[in-house]
Amino acid sequence: MTADDRPDWWPVASAETLRLRARILSRLRTFLDRHGALEVETPILSRCAATDIHLQSMVTRYTGPGSPIGQTLYLHTSPEFPMKRLLAAGSGSIYQLCKAFRDGESGRLHNPEFTLLEWYQIGDDHHALMDRLAALVGAALRGLLELAPTEKISYREAFLRYAGVDPFADVAGLIGWAQHHDIHPQDASAVLSPDDLDGWRDLVLTHAVEPNLGRGRLVFVHDYPASQAALARVRPGVPPLAERFELYLEGVELANGYHELADAHELDRRFNADLERRHARGLVVVPRDERLLAAMDGGLPDCSGVALGIDRLIMLAAGVHDIRKVLAFPFERA
Amino acid sequence: MTTYSTNEFKPGLKVMLDNDPCSIIENEFVKPGKGQAFNRVKIRNLKTGRVIERTYKSGDTMEGADVVDTEMQYLYNDGEFWHFMNTESFEQIAADHNAVGDAAKWLKEQDNCMVTLWNGVPLTVEPPHTVILKIVETDPGVRGDTSGGGGKPATLDTGAVVRVPLFVQVGELVKVNTRTGEYISRAKE
Repeated sequence: MTADDRPDWWPVASAETLRLRARILSRLRTFLDRHGALEVETPILSRCAATDIHLQSMVTRYTGPGSPIGQTLYLHTSPEFPMKRLLAAGSGSIYQLCKAFRDGESGRLHNPEFTLLEWYQIGDDHHALMDRLAALVGAALRGLLELAPTEKISYREAFLRYAGVDPFADVAGLIGWAQHHDIHPQDASAVLSPDDLDGWRDLVLTHAVEPNLGRGRLVFVHDYPASQAALARVRPGVPPLAERFELYLEGVELANGYHELADAHELDRRFNADLERRHARGLVVVPRDERLLAAMDGGLPDCSGVALGIDRLIMLAAGVHDIRKVLAFPFERA
Repeated sequence: MTTYSTNEFKPGLKVMLDNDPCSIIENEFVKPGKGQAFNRVKIRNLKTGRVIERTYKSGDTMEGADVVDTEMQYLYNDGEFWHFMNTESFEQIAADHNAVGDAAKWLKEQDNCMVTLWNGVPLTVEPPHTVILKIVETDPGVRGDTSGGGGKPATLDTGAVVRVPLFVQVGELVKVNTRTGEYISRAKE
């Protein structure tokens, strides 16, 4: 009997894969505990939500004592905001292994509910945390995957190497790449508006760059366009660059990290800019996390943070190509 | 006309692309963690059979194509058109050479075929997976050879030419795989 012949109530991940998951989770905790990071838990439900236009929060309601007419609550897309409040309150380096939720994301590499490691290390810039993360992932995969030495490559260099296009030049180069590669040859603007520079960057990234990243080794892409800083610091320059990184292995995006923005005024400005873009695109204008703003105003210690996708890590360790294969009960059977 | 959003994309969905009816073969959701989501789709043009890849921004829509697969009985060829009948409604349709294509050489009267209709007009015709046809021409084989090794060309009553074992003779019925064009066995009526 193969997995596909099993009845619908049966787990999708094999017993062997579930043991692999437990082993990797245990290795991650052991590494981080020895590293001196404190394991914490923060609420999954929040009155406010991520403002990023590319992250859609799922919504639920609470009605009961203290809330007689009911209130809207958002399932977190990551535990970033409350963990930063802990950091501002003097927690020191912390980590959390938890479920995160993203509306609209389902596919070979996406389950709407997924396991995340969120880790903040005090005193690190993004390069220092990249080195630590490489050690952590190396420890988690020891004996499971043979990896060549880790590489770092800038966002610009990655585009030049794998697509032959400069992501910081005019959008015409990116559109030209898409047309040349038959993405939508007749009317490029049918895919994305010509003024959506970051959209075109994402198109070339996903189609030409990402599939080549991390073949047989961990590869960090760093120094992103300032417009894609999210909550990373921006280093002034021409062009200004976000101190942000992503980790890739076998073409799969595994982690996203920042040298964390600590300026409350800048956070306020980015929140508002996000909400304006949400309004313009007809997306839900979610409540801002005012407590995070207040915490940052009180002082966030210099730190870097990273979110690592655990299901994808297990997927690569197990040598399978669909995230559902490492989940006991993927979304379709939840 | 029906439109489908990227959230409805799945293999088998019939859509219009560049004014031609197409069928989605593969649909992959791709999205950078903090970036624009796309659907990368592989689509077969049902007129030409050509497979192309396209990318849509998640949330975009495609126009649906009124394409239905119907099992129909092949009736006869009038020299220009191949005529089929829906065995439930008894409705008859005529398919031209573009629609029938290579299937023509496997069509035997009264066999059931899968006819794909676009806006009611035949787009493609798929013959049964196996057909039983009569050999009308082949060289006499070597007497006593029953191994099936070697083989020889044989012309069937529909005009198709297949390789058959040496022991099979003119007038006999043979079962043939229409997907591969290979002889399977001798057959009885």
